[in-house]
Amino acid sequence: MKGVQLLPEQASTFASQVDLLFWFLVAVTVFFTVLIGALVVYFALRYRRGSTASRAGAKETDLRLEISWSLIPLTIGLIVFVWAAKLYASAYGPPPENALEIFVIGKQWMWHVQHPNGIRENNELHIPAGRPVKLTMISQDVIHSFFVPAFRIKRDVLPGKYNVVWFTATKPGKYHLFCAEYCGTQHSRMIGWVYVLEPADYEKWLASGGEARPYATASGAGTMAGVSTASLKEAGEKLYTQLRCNACHGATDGQRGPTHYGLFGKKVKMRDGTVVTADEEYIRESILRPLAKVVDGYEPIMPSYEGLLNEERVLQLVAYIKSLESSTKVAEVKP
Amino acid sequence: MSVTVAKPGEVRHNYLNAGDTVLSWLLTTDHKRIAILYLVSVSFFFLVGGLLAGLIRLELLTPQGDLMTSENYNRVFTMHGVVMIFLFLIPVIPAVLGNFLVPLMVGARDLAFPRLNLASWYLYMAGGLIATWAMVTGGVDTGWTFYPPYSSSYSTSQVTLTIIGAFIIGFSSIATGINFIVTIHKMRAPGLTWFRLPLFIWAHYATSVIIVLGTPVVAITLLLVVAERVFRLGIFDPALGGDPILFQHLFWFYSHPAVYIMVLPAMGVISEVVSCFSRKRVFGYHFVAFSSVAIAVIGFLVWGHHMFTTGQSVYAGMVFSLLSFLVAVPSAVKVFNWTATMYKGTIDLRAPLLYVMGFIGLFVIGGLTGLFLAALATDVHLQDTYFVVAHFHYIMVGGTILGYMAGLHFWWPKITGRMYPEGIAKLTALVIFAGFNLTFLPQFVLGFLGMPRRYHWYPEEWQMLHVMSTAGAFLLGIGFILPVFYLLWSLRTGALAGPNPWGATGLEWKVDSPPITHNFEQTPIVTEEPYAYDNHHEPEEVFSGTGASTTKR
Ligand code: HEC
Ligand code: HEM
Ligand SMILES: [Cu+2]
Ligand SMILES: [Cu+2]
Repeated sequence: MKGVQLLPEQASTFASQVDLLFWFLVAVTVFFTVLIGALVVYFALRYRRGSTASRAGAKETDLRLEISWSLIPLTIGLIVFVWAAKLYASAYGPPPENALEIFVIGKQWMWHVQHPNGIRENNELHIPAGRPVKLTMISQDVIHSFFVPAFRIKRDVLPGKYNVVWFTATKPGKYHLFCAEYCGTQHSRMIGWVYVLEPADYEKWLASGGEARPYATASGAGTMAGVSTASLKEAGEKLYTQLRCNACHGATDGQRGPTHYGLFGKKVKMRDGTVVTADEEYIRESILRPLAKVVDGYEPIMPSYEGLLNEERVLQLVAYIKSLESSTKVAEVKP
Repeated sequence: MSVTVAKPGEVRHNYLNAGDTVLSWLLTTDHKRIAILYLVSVSFFFLVGGLLAGLIRLELLTPQGDLMTSENYNRVFTMHGVVMIFLFLIPVIPAVLGNFLVPLMVGARDLAFPRLNLASWYLYMAGGLIATWAMVTGGVDTGWTFYPPYSSSYSTSQVTLTIIGAFIIGFSSIATGINFIVTIHKMRAPGLTWFRLPLFIWAHYATSVIIVLGTPVVAITLLLVVAERVFRLGIFDPALGGDPILFQHLFWFYSHPAVYIMVLPAMGVISEVVSCFSRKRVFGYHFVAFSSVAIAVIGFLVWGHHMFTTGQSVYAGMVFSLLSFLVAVPSAVKVFNWTATMYKGTIDLRAPLLYVMGFIGLFVIGGLTGLFLAALATDVHLQDTYFVVAHFHYIMVGGTILGYMAGLHFWWPKITGRMYPEGIAKLTALVIFAGFNLTFLPQFVLGFLGMPRRYHWYPEEWQMLHVMSTAGAFLLGIGFILPVFYLLWSLRTGALAGPNPWGATGLEWKVDSPPITHNFEQTPIVTEEPYAYDNHHEPEEVFSGTGASTTKR
């Protein structure tokens, strides 16, 4: 039996802020529990049958008291609400522009991580300290939840929809990664480690293709051996050609389908008049369920790729389409 | 109002000796006998749920999953949750104490629909047996929350059967709820205006409204899971074109109010007991009454606080968070009023009052830790960890079950005509209080450290806290076994209670203990305010029981 741990580690910018609020709430809890507990016990003893304590002036109700003990909890509640909501909005709002983008796929019962440069890891995640990291996450089967206690962050990983979470790790080290949403038999084994590296170590780790491992690896986890480390968008490009997406999507609009150059982040007008911002979720949906949102000016002729592509491949395509900036030199279109 | 009182030694007619064949029990429409049927059956399911809890705690003694396989562990905690929630906590106070007391307290001969009342017990038993059958033929492993797509497309356990069981039990709750609403509206004795009603009645009224409005929603939602599972209709599973988050909205729309279904009736018990043993009117009667109603209304608007981490928008999160802070206020108001009731009272530290004091302490902790979970920034860390497990046990065990124990002891003389043994009952209250805190306080720490719930294996550095929790659980187990023995023992050997051993107000204390089948020999007429305790005079004949004692004290 190892020693008792009583405090979780703080390893993200968010952690110490959450803890401040947590300890404030602990103080509130202890204060009111002790106050009420002491009053109840004190009254029970002081006013026990037979005691001579004066009962004169006992009341049945008192409006001023009722108002104050409604308003005091209300005020404390509102203070905590605002404090917590502000903190949450800053941590769960849109990620900073310069965030490092990493993709996470949850499946029964493992975590699969894809770095933009092609490194893939299972049940491990290597990140640099001091730089915001944005995770785009999806599940291949049931609902999971990505939980790193040392960062105080948690986000459900849903099937059929990307969920995003971001954080900035502060302290190099090795931290627990848990699945927090019950997902079946091996739920409690769907765990792993997050390695926070000094930026220099991280560069080394990247350059070595994930081989330079500063920590020992638990069995079953680690970088996938023998897997080509073509970067995510290169893999996507290959897939794009293989699946002949370019039969309809070319360098410019006006072909059978709209162009993908400059698509990411653009506002796209749909047939029914709605306007949608082209984010990862939209691109994914357009590939798997093209009929859900049909772009204005085009016929709904795009085939659905649902069932043909696993989430890993969809991610590669998304990464590729994201990389196509409008200024990019027009690639050659093979009809 | 004329009252006839039994003389010592005389055996009078009462609902218990009105028939002793098995059929006279199984076909009874007497609300008091139905309460007894419920008492026996919920106690049985509490035992089952408790044994399953014991298995959970034994397994968690060590970090490795070594006592059972993960498949079985998942089944054990799921069935612990299903049995405790659907078969014990939701029915326990309304169906046992409520059934027995609502007609007596409003001065009626029975509930409005006595046959519906009996039907509700049969539905409960049918649902319970189906759930039990599901348990012995493979069990369920989805958690009591049945989240799809795991429940609808992945689990290979007895999901369909369990859901059908839960569905049927839902109808039994609805039947009880309708019965209470109609009885409280239509069958109050002359003079018993709304603001002369005991707070127990107000609490049951609010509970019944929640039951009637909420239960159909969860019933249909669970049926949709079955439809997706059996007929592959795409409702919740994205692979079939459904939306898993939709399930969570529908489920929590009922299941958040359901926590109030579990705790409001206990709050009703607390008001009765604290007032009687302080010999004072409940402080701020109107505020306590209306806070039940406020809880019932706002409770329907906060379900999204179970879904902060699902990807809910930041703004939706803020709305649900704010509303959750609001719903805490009426609960705080109640606690302050109960405390103020004891101030300058004349207090008898009897076992029921000890349970009430335990309730207040534990409910305060349960409620305040709810603020950690209503607050967005802390919730995303704590959600789905042992912090949540500890929190809801403080409410459900510390609140509902201690409230039930208080009520069971308080009305035991009315129900059975006999006094329970005071000394051991007090000792038991202390054992339960100590065992409970030893079990669940360490779980708050575990949750803050990051221990996820529903984990079969866990990191070694957390073992010490789990060992404490398991030790507490066995103390708690002893605390719950003791009453079984001494209450049964009291049936034969307890002192005869007489109509009003506590010198309490309320119509139920104006009739014999046990009451006659039709409760009142003539319809009572109410002329006083509720809780008309006279703080300044010693009530006569209090606490002795009017009958001859067959036990030494
Ligand atoms: C048969 C022609 C065709 C093929 C093949 C095709 N698409 Fe499309 N695609 C279209 C058309 C037409 C639209 C616009 C109408 C719509 O939204 O459905 C479209 C829309 C899209 C959009 C939304 C674009 C926007 O501007 O909003 C994306 C993303 C997309 N396709 C990706 C792909 C990918 C990736 C592939 C290959 C796996 C592919 N498409 C293959 C015809 C095609
Ligand atoms: C007495 C009334 C009790 C009620 C109403 C109750 C209710 C519940 C509920 C609803 C759950 C959630 C189940 C789930 O996660 O699916 C739960 C979980 C749990 N209960 Fe209880 N419980 C009670 C007593 C106990 C006792 C005495 C123990 C023993 C210490 C206990 C230990 C646990 C544990 C450890 C879990 C978490 C299981 C896990 O997530 O791995 N419970 N309980
Ligand atoms: Cu999981
Ligand atoms: Cu809730």
